[in-house]
Amino acid sequence: MRRHTLAVLVEDHPGVMNRVMSLFRQRGFNVDSIAVGHSETPGLSRMTLVIQGDDRTVEQLSKQLYKLLEVIKVTDVTGDNLIQRELALVKVAASERTRGDIMRLVSEVYRARIVDAAPDTLVIEVTGPSEKIDSLITLVRPYGIKEIARTGCAAIERGSGAVVVARDEAVA
Amino acid sequence: MVAETERAAAEAQPSAEVPSTGARVLCRALEREGVEVIFGYPGGVVIPLYDVLPEFGIHHVLVRHEQGAAHAADGFARASGKVGVCLATSGPGATNLVTGIATAMLDSIPIVALTGQVSQSVIGSDAFQEIDITGITLPITKHNFIVRRVEDIGPTIQKAFHLAGTGRPGPVLVDLPKDVLLGHGELAPADPVNLPGYRPTIVPHRRQLRRAAELLRSAERPLILAGHGILISGASDELVAFADQAQIPVGLTLLGIGGFPGSHPLCLGMVGMHGFSHANHAINEADVLVGIGMRFDDRVTGRLSEFAPHAKVIHIDIDPAEIGKNVPADVPVVGDARETLKLLRGEVGELNHDPWLELLATWRKRPPSGPVNPRGPLAPQYVVERLHALTGGRAIVTTDVGQHQMWTAQFYSCDTPNQWITSGGLGTMGFGLPSALGAALARPAAEVWAVVGDGGVQMTMFELATVVQEQARVKLAIVNNGYLGMVRQWQQLFHNRNYSETPISAPDFMLLAQAYGIPGRRVCHPDEVDEAIAWARAVDGPTVLEFRVNQEENVFPMIPSGASIRDMIEEDLEWE
Repeated sequence: MRRHTLAVLVEDHPGVMNRVMSLFRQRGFNVDSIAVGHSETPGLSRMTLVIQGDDRTVEQLSKQLYKLLEVIKVTDVTGDNLIQRELALVKVAASERTRGDIMRLVSEVYRARIVDAAPDTLVIEVTGPSEKIDSLITLVRPYGIKEIARTGCAAIERGSGAVVVARDEAVA
Repeated sequence: MVAETERAAAEAQPSAEVPSTGARVLCRALEREGVEVIFGYPGGVVIPLYDVLPEFGIHHVLVRHEQGAAHAADGFARASGKVGVCLATSGPGATNLVTGIATAMLDSIPIVALTGQVSQSVIGSDAFQEIDITGITLPITKHNFIVRRVEDIGPTIQKAFHLAGTGRPGPVLVDLPKDVLLGHGELAPADPVNLPGYRPTIVPHRRQLRRAAELLRSAERPLILAGHGILISGASDELVAFADQAQIPVGLTLLGIGGFPGSHPLCLGMVGMHGFSHANHAINEADVLVGIGMRFDDRVTGRLSEFAPHAKVIHIDIDPAEIGKNVPADVPVVGDARETLKLLRGEVGELNHDPWLELLATWRKRPPSGPVNPRGPLAPQYVVERLHALTGGRAIVTTDVGQHQMWTAQFYSCDTPNQWITSGGLGTMGFGLPSALGAALARPAAEVWAVVGDGGVQMTMFELATVVQEQARVKLAIVNNGYLGMVRQWQQLFHNRNYSETPISAPDFMLLAQAYGIPGRRVCHPDEVDEAIAWARAVDGPTVLEFRVNQEENVFPMIPSGASIRDMIEEDLEWE
């Protein structure tokens, strides 16, 4: 069992997410994180999936994904070469006494930003690998977390290689 | 309402020209796909379609329940190799198709299900007979569509038939809102289907083929496991040629029956839970296993950790997701069964496995067929044996699910493809009669027998009305043991004979037949069997035969669920 990151190119149709989610639910695949947005190709969306599983599970998941009509390409991009970024917004309780500590912690250690301040709360915006966000959340938890909103992880490989659709796979 | 007003206005016009409505565009698109028969049932939102259907050269079969429409389309597809079509209205009409669609999904059967939908202006408002059928059928269709514009009807129907019938076939559902059926537009000219996310691999990878051939040449005890894919790709002749040339014995999955002639000397018959003991022993001893067009279903493998313990596995399938899913493949080959066998035959050359074949010959054993005393109780196996003998093994045989299905699989050996029609994957009771109706319409000249149990037939027996209406020559053989027999067998063997809710009453099947105007005969003793079958065959039209059989007869051999060949029960040892 280990964490795998898959880059999945799908046609940008209504209902595609539903099909993908239905597949995971039906076959019992565990998904840690999903992030979806437009890709570099018009008409194609890119999903970044983070899943837990052994190689056989991931292979089966990938093959099952390919059976969905709207799934164009599935690439396992797991590895050291991967840039992974997630964004989180964390609303944390902050009194006059603790405000300074929290601000110092998030800006100096995590290079995160304070994007809102109210009399008794702060909203922290942090970007980075999921582990960094987990770590920040652990550290601010004692102050009292009111709300967390995370985007899920987006990922791209370093270097000039690219997960793109080959010419013969291209959407007409 | 607006659309309806428009339509009324269009009809009121004294124009000689017939307006090209969505419904007419749909019928033209279906004609273009070669559709000759639709199994369906009218309802509110599909009235516009029924309004124009008689204008076209498509025969509509009015079933008595939409489940019957889906099963009949399934039987039609299995008997003909073509895509079967069923049609239902929105809401309950659509949900009644669900079991039939799921049956087709699990058995990779090409059907196109057309459903009406409420007008787009009210979709999402819980309108009368509105249901999210594309959502409901998401996991039980190969793909589904909702058509939003008249101009999309043609391309969608084209895609639906392409998807249903190619690659690994399966059901495709097309949901048609009423306003689309009523709208105006033209049928777009047929374009080559372009589906970037759908490119089935037909021709296998050369290197994998060479590896497979190498493995086979080194094998001493090779065995082919042939599945439904052989029938789907029309590979029976290639399989015979391959097996003959390489002298490899062939075991069949339940759905593979007919894919290799049962009378061929290399045929070992059915494998799996109720397969022949020699066939299962062959799997256990094989050193190379070639799975072709099959998916190592749990009813075939039993306990995976003890399945084929000595074998390297070559797995050939058109669906890559099946390879390595249950049984790891040493040589995975993705491709069409026919193409692959043709190429593999060229790579393998002639082989000889005489010692292995001689060993297998010594193991050959038929399952216990029950005692036969001419005036004694009737053994169900004997009924199937006689049916096989008297029909020359050439009839199309459909079944329900349960004991009678297994006895028919064991004793009705098939020599040709597409004559054995049964629900394997989903195991759908009530499948036998409506699928026989579909088969009879697909092949009017063929002799069609539906062998069913007294439980399953009560789920869909109202389709006798459809059989009569179509004057379909369906011969119904009810194997009546007064129990839900397979569940009773499990209760007997694994639950201390606690026959909880398995004794089941039935109507007087002779009176039932009479009510539908179908001639019938009841058979209680072995010496009446031949005469009754001969009588039914001579009747030009549907008949009902009821066989009152031994109530507590069991299906053997049996490898209990999740067990291995070591746990095989060969026959009833604890008989009182």
